[in-house]
Amino acid sequence: MILEARNIKAGYGEVEILHGISMGVDKAEIISIIGPNGAGKSTLMKTILGLLKPTHGKIIFDGDDITGLSPDKIVRRGICYVPQTDNVFPSLTVEENLEMGAFIRKDDFKPRMKEVYGIFPDLKEAKRFRVRKLSGGQRQMVAMARALMLDPQVLLLDEPSASLSPKLVKLIFEKIVEINQSGVGVLMVEQNARKALKLCHRGYVLAMGHKKFEDTGQALLNNEKVGKLYLGG
Amino acid sequence: MTYRILNFANFSHGDIMSLGAFLALVSLALLRGLGIPDTPFGPLSFGLPMVLAFFIALLLTALAAIIIDRILYRRLRRTGPIILLIAAVGMAFCLRNIIQFIWGPQPQYYIKAIQIARKIPLLGIRIKPDEVFIIIVVALLVIGLHFFLQKTKMGKAMRAASDNMELARVSGIDTEKVIMWTWAIAAALAAAGGILVGIEDKFITPDMGWQMLLPIFAAVILGGIGNPYGAMAGGMIIGLSGEISTAFISTAYKPAVAFIIMVIVLIIKPRGLFGTR
Repeated sequence: MILEARNIKAGYGEVEILHGISMGVDKAEIISIIGPNGAGKSTLMKTILGLLKPTHGKIIFDGDDITGLSPDKIVRRGICYVPQTDNVFPSLTVEENLEMGAFIRKDDFKPRMKEVYGIFPDLKEAKRFRVRKLSGGQRQMVAMARALMLDPQVLLLDEPSASLSPKLVKLIFEKIVEINQSGVGVLMVEQNARKALKLCHRGYVLAMGHKKFEDTGQALLNNEKVGKLYLGG
Repeated sequence: MTYRILNFANFSHGDIMSLGAFLALVSLALLRGLGIPDTPFGPLSFGLPMVLAFFIALLLTALAAIIIDRILYRRLRRTGPIILLIAAVGMAFCLRNIIQFIWGPQPQYYIKAIQIARKIPLLGIRIKPDEVFIIIVVALLVIGLHFFLQKTKMGKAMRAASDNMELARVSGIDTEKVIMWTWAIAAALAAAGGILVGIEDKFITPDMGWQMLLPIFAAVILGGIGNPYGAMAGGMIIGLSGEISTAFISTAYKPAVAFIIMVIVLIIKPRGLFGTR
């Protein structure tokens, strides 16, 4: 487990959202976190990223305790994040977005940029375009490409398929598999529960700030209880 | 850009301009006192001390802005735009009155000479040599800013932070450094503006920046908030329309022109000509 959350309690002000969540991601895995709205999926992600400080529990990454570190320190250690919305720099070009992704690299970022363009060849074609002129699907790719520029060990994705057409969802998920196969652990929060479970190695079902189910993606799909409650039957 | 990156309308911008102008005055006096020859360059009304004072003042004003940010705005970063705006107004009063306290309310002069406008044969207009110089300097500043924003790493980081500060932070960009650079450049440009106005008008007053605030905001709103190129275009339009209007209406109404344009823009197209928000 390269990334672990141990018994995390966190919330906003007086309201506790997560009541003791434990989970983990291995580098070779794609992990899905699914569950209804308000379950705490985004809160969990924010806690891992350092955007929120947990009141209880630890986050362990590569053996180090990273609980409560600020986001830029966590990014430097190798966890990169793609937010659900506002995840690109619209007035910059595609290439400039990637450059910003690589901002803190001390070495030459060009080889990595070439690799990332290899995963997203469409972006190479569009590299001089301002991102605000691109379609939703292309923007999502830019968002993910930006996050990959630092060669992260774990990639956090917040609802990567949100507001995309089914065809684009398929494409994005294919890219996620490709990214995982290149050696990046993927942790994704998803509304599109069915597709997410089909894709992932393991999944966690969250509801009301508690972990309700934990199993392989396929097992969760076949689980009747999960199906009835969270997959819409 | 200060609005986008710092998240508030900087009402002290005009007085930073005044500060720049007065810092140049001090530097000028110092340099002249040091005995640097003050012979004017060719047809221009000033010599080496003024040029040196220009650069010194830009540097000092940038430093002042960074210090002000450290002691004031940085502590208020987590509050809202309105609190920051009021803080800026307070700072505006501070700066203006410090200047007045030190130099008094009377106008001060860089040069005590009057320049005659020469006629340019081809264009058939009359223009003073100083004004040609000003145009060239402004053009250089515009080009310099463009180059900085487009080609340098920090310039791109500033544009990125201007788009989406949170994403910039999450990408690992040191947003405090970006903020520092934003203040430095904004202040240096304001100072340049103030000094050039001083060269053009021949005198500077503690009020000069504050009085220009309305046209400044009108220009930015016209050009579109958050777009530095829009602001440049807006500035030209407001400036030119103000001057052209004096052909038709009394000079006393010149500020009103800027005001009217701003109101029209806010009603018809609040995003401005090139605005993105």
